[in-house]
Amino acid sequence: MGFLDRFLKAPSWGVHPEDHKRPAADVPLRMFPSPERVFMPLSQHVGGAARPIVLVGQKVLKGQLIAEAQGNISAPIHAPVSGTISAVGEVTAPHPSGLPFKAITIESDGQDRWIETDPLADPFSAAPEEVARRSALAGVVGLGGATFPSAVKFALGKRLKVGTLIVNGGECEPYLSSDDRIMRDFPEQVVDGARIVMHAIGASEALVGIEDNKPEAIAAMRQAAAPYPEVKIRPVPARYPMGSDKQLIQTLTGKEVPSDARAAEVGVLVHNVSTCAAVHKAIRLGHPLVERIVTLNGGAIATPGNVYAPLGTMISDLLAFVGLKEAPSRLILGGPMMGTPLLHDRIPIVKGASGILAFDAAEAFVPEAGPCIRCGNCTKACPMGLLPLEMAARIRVGDLEGAEAYALQDCISCGCCAYVCPSHIPLVQYFSHAKGELTNAERTKLRTDATKRLAEAKAARIERENREKAEAAARRKAEREAAKAAATPAATPVAEQTQGASA
Amino acid sequence: MSQAYGIAVAAPHTTTTNSPTRIMTLVMLALAPATLYGFWLYGWPAFFLWAITIGAAMLGEAFCLRLLNRRAVPVLMDGSAILTGWLLAVSLPPWAPWWIGVFGGMFATTLGKQAFGGLGQNLYNPAMVARVALLISFPVQMTAWVAPLPMFSAGAPGLVDGLLIILKGVPHAYDAVTSATTLGFAKTELSRGVNLLESLQHAPALSFIGSRPGSLGETAAWLILAGGVAMMFMRIITWHIPLAMLAGIAIPAAILHAVDPSRYLEMGAHVLSGGAMLGAFFIATDYVTSPNSPRGQLIFGFGCGVFTYIIRTWAGYPEGVAFAVLLMNSMTPIIDTYFKPRIYGRDRKGNPLQTTN
Repeated sequence: MGFLDRFLKAPSWGVHPEDHKRPAADVPLRMFPSPERVFMPLSQHVGGAARPIVLVGQKVLKGQLIAEAQGNISAPIHAPVSGTISAVGEVTAPHPSGLPFKAITIESDGQDRWIETDPLADPFSAAPEEVARRSALAGVVGLGGATFPSAVKFALGKRLKVGTLIVNGGECEPYLSSDDRIMRDFPEQVVDGARIVMHAIGASEALVGIEDNKPEAIAAMRQAAAPYPEVKIRPVPARYPMGSDKQLIQTLTGKEVPSDARAAEVGVLVHNVSTCAAVHKAIRLGHPLVERIVTLNGGAIATPGNVYAPLGTMISDLLAFVGLKEAPSRLILGGPMMGTPLLHDRIPIVKGASGILAFDAAEAFVPEAGPCIRCGNCTKACPMGLLPLEMAARIRVGDLEGAEAYALQDCISCGCCAYVCPSHIPLVQYFSHAKGELTNAERTKLRTDATKRLAEAKAARIERENREKAEAAARRKAEREAAKAAATPAATPVAEQTQGASA
Repeated sequence: MSQAYGIAVAAPHTTTTNSPTRIMTLVMLALAPATLYGFWLYGWPAFFLWAITIGAAMLGEAFCLRLLNRRAVPVLMDGSAILTGWLLAVSLPPWAPWWIGVFGGMFATTLGKQAFGGLGQNLYNPAMVARVALLISFPVQMTAWVAPLPMFSAGAPGLVDGLLIILKGVPHAYDAVTSATTLGFAKTELSRGVNLLESLQHAPALSFIGSRPGSLGETAAWLILAGGVAMMFMRIITWHIPLAMLAGIAIPAAILHAVDPSRYLEMGAHVLSGGAMLGAFFIATDYVTSPNSPRGQLIFGFGCGVFTYIIRTWAGYPEGVAFAVLLMNSMTPIIDTYFKPRIYGRDRKGNPLQTTN
């Protein structure tokens, strides 16, 4: 690579939004007092929903299994408080649709009594499969937001002989600081968790990527990782979306994940820092994933900061805990770049809930969209090297296949393009719409194909049956005639004679 | 305390404070020093022509918006019509009559821009479309240049006289002022069979401080360059198009001048004359009509430069920036199709990268 190439190809993707992380990130972690009631959704992860195994009225202890994993990709759910199961019903999903989904309601007895745990004293002498099995049983999923069951990723990493574990401490979303907080307050848990994950996947090194806007986290992690030379703390430039798997892998290792492959196929696996801490708890303490750090931030919040809360706590309870200065103009689950807008606050926090943002009117202001002036800022910002303006122009006129030809499916919905657009065109909305329509079309096509195949099979079967019937009828007729012919000679020898004569 | 938060809107939930208005305003600020310097050099007539051209461009835009039953004021506020009029004005002879400005300004925004569907939709640079239309329709007025007669200097027209020059034509008192540009002079002399080594001894001096005949955007080449560099620092434009365009002019100029100095002008004269600087930094870099990948921009810019040189050297017109930019504008969709940025995880052809592990 020559000088000119470096000049031309130096990474220039991404955006630098105002990070708004402080002062919330610097406020010491607060413990949420045990809620009266928690609502544990059965779908808090990618994959099949968990299946409830408790009955209404049943007493449960904190950490007790209340719903078991169903299928290959799924995760179990555990009681985040001790108390009584009061309902197995429905609750609003943390999704823009506001549709209900299944959840188990537990009335807390306020005592937080833990179930008897089964820690693994020395995970490094245990088989890697045992570590994966225990993580799976503890319901550990990716806590960066993707909520993919971690044990499935361990198995994948082991199978593809991954050499490098990347620990994602990027936390590039503005406003959020839950990963920052876990690295500052529990760096030993993160480092130990990372070493356990390395053991589980057979990796020889761990690269911990932390954005350089978190110097306290970097210092704490450096200290915690000092005894383990295989765990390397690597500050990375603060630039959104640095916390995206593909961009972090490229920044730390120089490797690019092929568009049709998974990260493990280039020898790396990415796990979030909070996930590593959850693995540490699952293995060393035997604690399933029932609590997490949630950032509560935004202009409408009186005392922004991070709260350690049981899963299933209502967002309204959390907002009451930190106080509201004014009625929020917008409520978001996750960060401002990729977060989910919530319709109301009667929604429980789930495993992937890294933050709840309550925006005031100024923060929630959406400028009116104008025409595209082809400034190309979106193409400069796109971390995937796509051409958002060209895709949007095609989607606007309904040419979804045209947009697909511009590699729409490679879009990671990071929101950089829509963020930098001077005309404030809701580009991500366009792309999500097009991806949804294309998925529907694909599904319809599959269904039509299946129907067609079935119809053809039916026609073939009917034809075959008719043919078989006809053959059978012909055979029976022949048999009948043969029988007749066999019977006739005895009865009417004359006829045979006549026949014989005629023959 | 349950509360509804209105409709669900797609992420991201935060956005830049940038806007088309801000971009246009910064471009105009970058263009302002050169324009002000031009006003000083060519006096009040230049200022009036500039104001008339911008007014006409805005009027043309407002007229089209009214035809569409849209409110004109919010659209005019984006500044794009003003910028179009401004860019056209600084490419005109500074003492051109008022109707040149009116015709050009209206032509730019109506047929050059709104006829295509408004901001962001036009295939060709509106200011250059108008300039070419004017040059073809009114070749005499469009090539009547004046020597600098700095504002407030002895013999320079005052405020009222300046307005009269633009409205009623240049009176005989100022006949001595009319002059030719360096490129125009060289072309005329060459066509008379006088070679450059001889003719340039009587040529209007190619003054480096811009004190020479030309348009507002031509004589202040160094201020245009400064404005362009400022835009790069403000991240409004990148270096690709300007550098490629200047290289497209400078490289053939340097080679051919070395081969035959009597036939071909030197590189400095080419780069500092005519619309080269204005074109490279302010015209060819127009977002709407230029490619959006860095490689595409290099090709586009170099094409603008080479075509400019070809037209200046071998075609009938002494200046070719406007034609060259329009030619390359028509190539933009093709360049955009064939020179896309490489996608992460894919090769240049769009196929997935090979797994290396």
